[in-house]
Amino acid sequence: MAVKDYIRERFFPHLWCPGCGHGIVLNSLLRAVEQLGMSKNEIVMVSGIGCSSRISGYVDFHTLHTLHGRALAFATGVKMSKPELNVIVPMGDGDALAIGGNHFIHAARRNIAMTALVMNNRIYGMTGGQYSPLSGYGCQATTSPFGNIDYSFDIAELAKAAGATYVARTTTYHAKQMTEMIRDAVLHDGFSVVEILTQCPTYYGRRNRLGDAAEMMDWYKSHTTPIGSKAKEENPSLIERGVFVQRDKPEYCTEYDKVIEKARGGQA
Amino acid sequence: MGNQLKFIQGNEVCVEAALYAGLDFYAGYPITPSTEVAEHMAKRLPQIGGKFLQMEDEIASVCAIVGASLTGHKVMTATSGPGFSLMQEGLGYAIMAEIPCVIVNVQRGGPSTGLPTGPGQGDVLQARWGVHGDHSIIALTASTHQDVFEMTVHAFNMAEMFRTPVILLFDEVIGHMREKLIIPEEGEIQVVDRLRTSVKAGVDYHPYLPREDGRLPMSDFGSEHRYNVTGLFHDMWGFPTGNPGVVHELLRHLNDKIKNNAETITRYKEYYLEDARTVLISYGCSARSALHVVENRRARGERLGLLELQSLWPFPYGLVEEKCAMARQIVVVEMNMGQITRAVKRAVPEPERVVLANRIDGVFITPTDIKNILRLFQGKGV
Amino acid sequence: MAKAKLKEHLINREWCKGCGICVHFCPKNVLELDAQEKVFAARPEDCICCRLCEIRCPDLAIEILTEKQEASENGKSA
Repeated sequence: MAVKDYIRERFFPHLWCPGCGHGIVLNSLLRAVEQLGMSKNEIVMVSGIGCSSRISGYVDFHTLHTLHGRALAFATGVKMSKPELNVIVPMGDGDALAIGGNHFIHAARRNIAMTALVMNNRIYGMTGGQYSPLSGYGCQATTSPFGNIDYSFDIAELAKAAGATYVARTTTYHAKQMTEMIRDAVLHDGFSVVEILTQCPTYYGRRNRLGDAAEMMDWYKSHTTPIGSKAKEENPSLIERGVFVQRDKPEYCTEYDKVIEKARGGQA
Repeated sequence: MGNQLKFIQGNEVCVEAALYAGLDFYAGYPITPSTEVAEHMAKRLPQIGGKFLQMEDEIASVCAIVGASLTGHKVMTATSGPGFSLMQEGLGYAIMAEIPCVIVNVQRGGPSTGLPTGPGQGDVLQARWGVHGDHSIIALTASTHQDVFEMTVHAFNMAEMFRTPVILLFDEVIGHMREKLIIPEEGEIQVVDRLRTSVKAGVDYHPYLPREDGRLPMSDFGSEHRYNVTGLFHDMWGFPTGNPGVVHELLRHLNDKIKNNAETITRYKEYYLEDARTVLISYGCSARSALHVVENRRARGERLGLLELQSLWPFPYGLVEEKCAMARQIVVVEMNMGQITRAVKRAVPEPERVVLANRIDGVFITPTDIKNILRLFQGKGV
Repeated sequence: MAKAKLKEHLINREWCKGCGICVHFCPKNVLELDAQEKVFAARPEDCICCRLCEIRCPDLAIEILTEKQEASENGKSA
């Protein structure tokens, strides 16, 4: 299949557990890139630390595997110094919103044209299943043996409030939708966020008795609904899927070009 | 000459020198006493078509410059005290991933928030060992504005030459003091450019395979060679590995590339050392007072000399031993509790000759302070 | 556009980790796991080429080859 043109085949099979949703994110991402028809030389993938961040090793782009939580900060340097590059930043939920929470909201605030893919599996998988800021109240994790008392962020609301100009949410069950969203997010001229609910059957699923990978994906099907649906009105506990925000606002690198123009007395 | 003659702050000198060296990307976060570096960069960079970024913190700042270095730019950040602590993680990354960049630390009194507007030289050992794990580092310093200029350019050159972060350890006195600077003409100081690979598209490029001369040619992100960069131990393509042989090789390489090139990196100045019986060793702002004392005593016929270190790490052990061979007494003048004194003691035979003349109360060490300490050591009383 | 006709389920046994996602979601119950927990097309004649297995496979281990479309990996080992 043509998506194999975009991967580093020698590293397969990948290191993720059987049924890990991160592989589906990789699958959908490759299809989005294929649809975009971009040259591999135009794409930079910057990732942090965790299971999610290993995605950068598998794709045949310019890849920068960085520090825990700091991917967006490195990516900001890449994008700002060479704005013609397409910068994609896959992150885990802990990576993006605990240790990297500050970088996340500030990248959104600047509206710098990069795509943040938040692979939300509600757990720290690489370290063996500790609760994350997305685990949810009452969940079981190795660091919440008596039940978690931390409330979760709503990533879409947070991104929206922080100033992201494209915000969407989908799940690994909705793989086609994921491909479309990633494609649109990369094309968007501003900071774009796609939250992807992705199953961790090994730690989150097993500890919270959610069944195997396929059953967890069934849960995504039954517990999510399109934004503004009638089902949501009837059952407010459903998680909304779809594009929450898509708006035009001056992009950061473009704005800085104006700064350069001013500094040079009107001569670009 | 014309506008080449300036009367400006040390922090501004650092900016002008960075631009001279080819810098066109800066990311930073305001912190006293380094803030003027950011302010001046914000004004100067867009004028030359470069980029200035004020990030959300120092961690983000050092990460952003690493990202920008990978697209082929000369980059820098500047900070002080607590900000330098926050940068250690990114600094370690730049060491491991071999990313050229310059990190300025305009030192203030510490630990913690300490003395934001008071001078200190207490970060010398943090510069050496602040990053976890075995590693080597280059740290440079200066005592005059002309030297701030030269050492800043040298920092960029060393960063490019050895694909490594370089620390510029200035201090509050140097950063805020105004004095004369003559900006060198273009070409007057050599500028080392980024070494880029000559490997053609489609041919296997190894970002982490040193050439015979030890240098590692780079390829800009966005060009025809796609490779991986990671903070994990990695192979010659940049992909993570736990292979013991590869890990061993890489750790040796990261340390040896600095150690084996210490002579190229080392910079110092010497005053009246030929016949000196008392050798003062100093650096940064402290060296100004030390030089004053030496010249004053020389005028009275006393055989004092000064070795001013401009590169602190790698520590020039051989140089210090050689310059102190004839000394009866070696007095290290620094504004900390003996961070370089310790290294000097390790460098010379009969380390009991080495004493410390310091001040650690956030007040600049004066020639009188040094004279008083010398009198004490010489048994003359204050 | 004519309906695609199945040529083959191209399955990479080296990459398949036997998670069963494809088996679970196949609308025509075409796929099964074998004794080594690797997927195989037990009833290929029922396949409607919807590619739901292909796009949801976390291991990039399944490709649906149709009559009109040759494998992009022709000549290469998968």
